[in-house]
Amino acid sequence: MLARRIIPCLGLADGRLLSGKHAAGVRDAGDPVELGVRYDSEGADELVLLDITASWSPESATLAAVRRLAEAIFIPFGVGGSIGSVGDAAAVLGAGADKVIVNTAAVRDPDLVSQLVETFGSQAVVIAVDGRLTNGRWAVTVNHGRDATGLEALGWIAELEDRGAGEILLTSVDRDGTRSGYDLPLIAAAAGAIDIPIVAWGGAGSYAHFAEVLEAGAAGAVAASLFHLPGYTVRDAHEYLRGRGLVVRR
Amino acid sequence: MIVVVDYGVDSLAAVVRAVAAAGHPATLSSDPDVVRKADRVIVPGVGNYGRAAVTLRVSGLGDAVREVAGAGRPLLGICLGQQLFFAESEEAPGATGLAILPGRVVRFQTTLHLPHVGWAQVLPTAAGRAHAVTGSLLGSDGSYYYHVHSYHPTDLPEACVLATADYDGVFPTIVGEGSVLGTQFHPEKSQDAGIDFFRRFAEWTP
Repeated sequence: MLARRIIPCLGLADGRLLSGKHAAGVRDAGDPVELGVRYDSEGADELVLLDITASWSPESATLAAVRRLAEAIFIPFGVGGSIGSVGDAAAVLGAGADKVIVNTAAVRDPDLVSQLVETFGSQAVVIAVDGRLTNGRWAVTVNHGRDATGLEALGWIAELEDRGAGEILLTSVDRDGTRSGYDLPLIAAAAGAIDIPIVAWGGAGSYAHFAEVLEAGAAGAVAASLFHLPGYTVRDAHEYLRGRGLVVRR
Repeated sequence: MIVVVDYGVDSLAAVVRAVAAAGHPATLSSDPDVVRKADRVIVPGVGNYGRAAVTLRVSGLGDAVREVAGAGRPLLGICLGQQLFFAESEEAPGATGLAILPGRVVRFQTTLHLPHVGWAQVLPTAAGRAHAVTGSLLGSDGSYYYHVHSYHPTDLPEACVLATADYDGVFPTIVGEGSVLGTQFHPEKSQDAGIDFFRRFAEWTP
């Protein structure tokens, strides 16, 4: 029986933690590896690193951060941020990441998904999908909700499953940053549409929100800003979820 | 000195780091002579059984690992490394493994999604509870370890299955006989539980 996963996110810009509202409450917003180690010691099941200005050339600051993080923690972690080719993915996985997270590049060229799966195996390929409720359906957007793609979320994730994606990271653009709860209808509809695991993102403001989204069918839940707030730890989240009857790691 | 066998597969560096974090420095080696003289040996790995079996044979590392087992020195196989301890695997019909443990490797027969990926609860068997490494490790509720695999061992004598997990059916996830141990999961990705496992292996006198 697989445990559900609580996954803190490290938001980076050019290899350094994002400051400002993305890292509120963290005194030293600088080094992602320090924060990653802290999350690991607090019982995180996995980590996600998303770099908004990522470059994947060998000298890139983000790649250096990935390498250092891989040397410091003993849990799996995924990395995303402008990963656009098999070469980018090879650099990221070679630096020690367990999974690559691809978003826009998959929309631009769905064949890339198949190529990544063939080269690295489905377990290393996570496709991120951003959904925004539009006229009763969830439209897939890119560029943080700014650009439409013409794709509909449920059909898109079914195609991604067919192409061999290991996991879908499903974000509600409407809920992201609001701390008012995940988009439960979106997650429930997605869980009903595909068999591969869905990790939910967007809206976590409390442990109860984790419980709700897992009960709606998510295999895991990502939280970014929540774990930056003092007093919120993955260990406490696990304990709360156990109390709600969910299977989580002890 | 603990030697981690480098036979050209992935996930080696993480194992060396995790064993060091357990308080026991380990060294990576692709030299059969270094492997056969080691006090204890770890064979990690992620990849294809067929290709790895050929590499082990051609490099002489397979023979070196067999000698360590034959001499009664502690030997740990992880994931693909553990699968190679068996004579054959459904992943590569016709390929020959090291035949250090009785049994064989099969693919999950399930409609559930493969590979099996994530933190799975690992429960000791009666044999596991009596074993020096796994006995006190897993506690009465078992413990969670990170799995990533589509194949698993089967057809072992009961006494050789030390712990199981469940994915649409119970399967062996810690196996062993004599001084040989194998885990289907990745201790190097299993945080405290994994590092604890490495510590107990490092301090084990079979």
